[in-house]
Amino acid sequence: MQSHGGSGSQARSVIEGSDADVVTLALAHDITLIEDEGLIEEGWIDEFDSNSSPYTSTITFLVRAGNEKNIQDWDDLIREGVDVITPDPKSSGGACWNFLAAWYYADLTYNGDETQMKEFVSALYDNVLVMDSGARGATTTFVENGQGDVLIAWENEALLALEEYPGEYEMITPSISIKAEPSVAIVDENVDSNGTREVAEAYLSYLYTDEAQQIIGENYYRPINEEILNTFSDTFDLSVELCTIDDFGGWDQAYEDFFQDGAIFDEIYNAE
Amino acid sequence: MKKNEASKRKVKKGHSVIPGRGLTMGITVTMLSLLILIPLASIMAYSFRLSWSEFVELITRQNVVRAFATSISCALIAAVINSIFGLILAWVLVRYEFPGKRLMDAMIELPFALPTAVAGITLSKMYSNQGIIGKFFDQFGIRISYTKIGLTIALIFIGIPFVVRALQPVIEKLPESFEEAATMLGASKTYTFFRVILPELTPALLTGFGLALARGIGEYGSVIYISGNSEKNGTQVVSYVIMQKLNSGNADYEGAAAIALVLLIISFLLLFVINMIQLAAGRRTK
Repeated sequence: MQSHGGSGSQARSVIEGSDADVVTLALAHDITLIEDEGLIEEGWIDEFDSNSSPYTSTITFLVRAGNEKNIQDWDDLIREGVDVITPDPKSSGGACWNFLAAWYYADLTYNGDETQMKEFVSALYDNVLVMDSGARGATTTFVENGQGDVLIAWENEALLALEEYPGEYEMITPSISIKAEPSVAIVDENVDSNGTREVAEAYLSYLYTDEAQQIIGENYYRPINEEILNTFSDTFDLSVELCTIDDFGGWDQAYEDFFQDGAIFDEIYNAE
Repeated sequence: MKKNEASKRKVKKGHSVIPGRGLTMGITVTMLSLLILIPLASIMAYSFRLSWSEFVELITRQNVVRAFATSISCALIAAVINSIFGLILAWVLVRYEFPGKRLMDAMIELPFALPTAVAGITLSKMYSNQGIIGKFFDQFGIRISYTKIGLTIALIFIGIPFVVRALQPVIEKLPESFEEAATMLGASKTYTFFRVILPELTPALLTGFGLALARGIGEYGSVIYISGNSEKNGTQVVSYVIMQKLNSGNADYEGAAAIALVLLIISFLLLFVINMIQLAAGRRTK
């Protein structure tokens, strides 16, 4: 039995008592929230391979067919006249990946000069036409409501849009992006009281088998299994340089530096 | 002698004519507590975990203050527009006969029946500059979706049933003799409407206005898709700010509860004022 919803609100619902045996969330931080409440045992991230992420994705750009504004990389997003659609990192954990990818790009481009980096992201978010509360809302705004020139999206969402609306959109993979690792975990307290530990472990282990990894690739997520990943080299741009959340010191540090009240995102977004 | 005994029998101290008073009182208080008072108390409890200075700092933050201003002003404008058009709608639905009247009457309930998210997404699509209605206005450079105008339209949509349903029964019961008397005494139609009919409708109108306002201030689902939630354009509403606090990486319950508490207090004050006006209006017609 499955429950679907935004990553952060799902984490909250498990904390508040939703009887989930297994959680699959958009970022490890949301699982850490559940861990902090004692529902998941420490060290969950090493329980399964690759930081308990059986698949990854990355942040790419979705543009309209023809790419009139010629958007190729992050610096094109700050050009005048380019309307960007991206969700609000303060209300959506999944949206944080977008911000961090942009920050990483700025870091490499401006050689760590924080003033210039802040100016870059500030200019980027100045160009944001509509900031939805979540990634799904942003996709709806861009695709269904036809707003904006470029959507900063998860690669799998972009590829899904390409599949659903053939010929209407193009996906541009920037030169630099972030490895988005949606993590999975067993909710220890619930599986112990439900007696479903074996089943839950089997379910999550299965995600790492070749069969599952193939399905994962077919659904536009990047499989962890390198061999299988390479068979999808037509779908995914494998040459993109990816940073990880560890480059930011982990999620706790990232939240402290960027997303908490008064941190860098608030600084650049609220500056008039 | 008989008279005295009879009257004595009727008025026994502490004994009510309606049976089961104690039990019904108990059930009412319990339900009221469980459904309303205890959740309200828990909001207060959570928000009191903040120190006074933290509380004030949070409430006076720019985005919070702007959100309050947006929520209240847009809800007020929407409620006023709803009152005017709701009155017209209710009047037509009661006083006139036309084909499809029953259907129209039923359709008034649609904003109640529709899930707010569905309403929100539909409205945002229709009024976006690619949408059916939005395209027309886009020619004049007027943007509706993702602005305060779109926000207000969403609030108008969800508030209209309140006004219409509050007014319909009162208009139905309005004695035709009032209008007849006014006409016979030489009053023009305008005079009759504004000085004879409207005062009778004012209490119900204010009830509808208050309900639409209350709903509009707290609205979430139908608003977040059409407003664009831009802090810069001032289109963030209070319910969005509260949701941000809950969904952010730290699940800030105290902050969310604090903002909710302030919203509650403001709503309570607004409704209190409306109630006072209602009482005054009601007294006048007695």
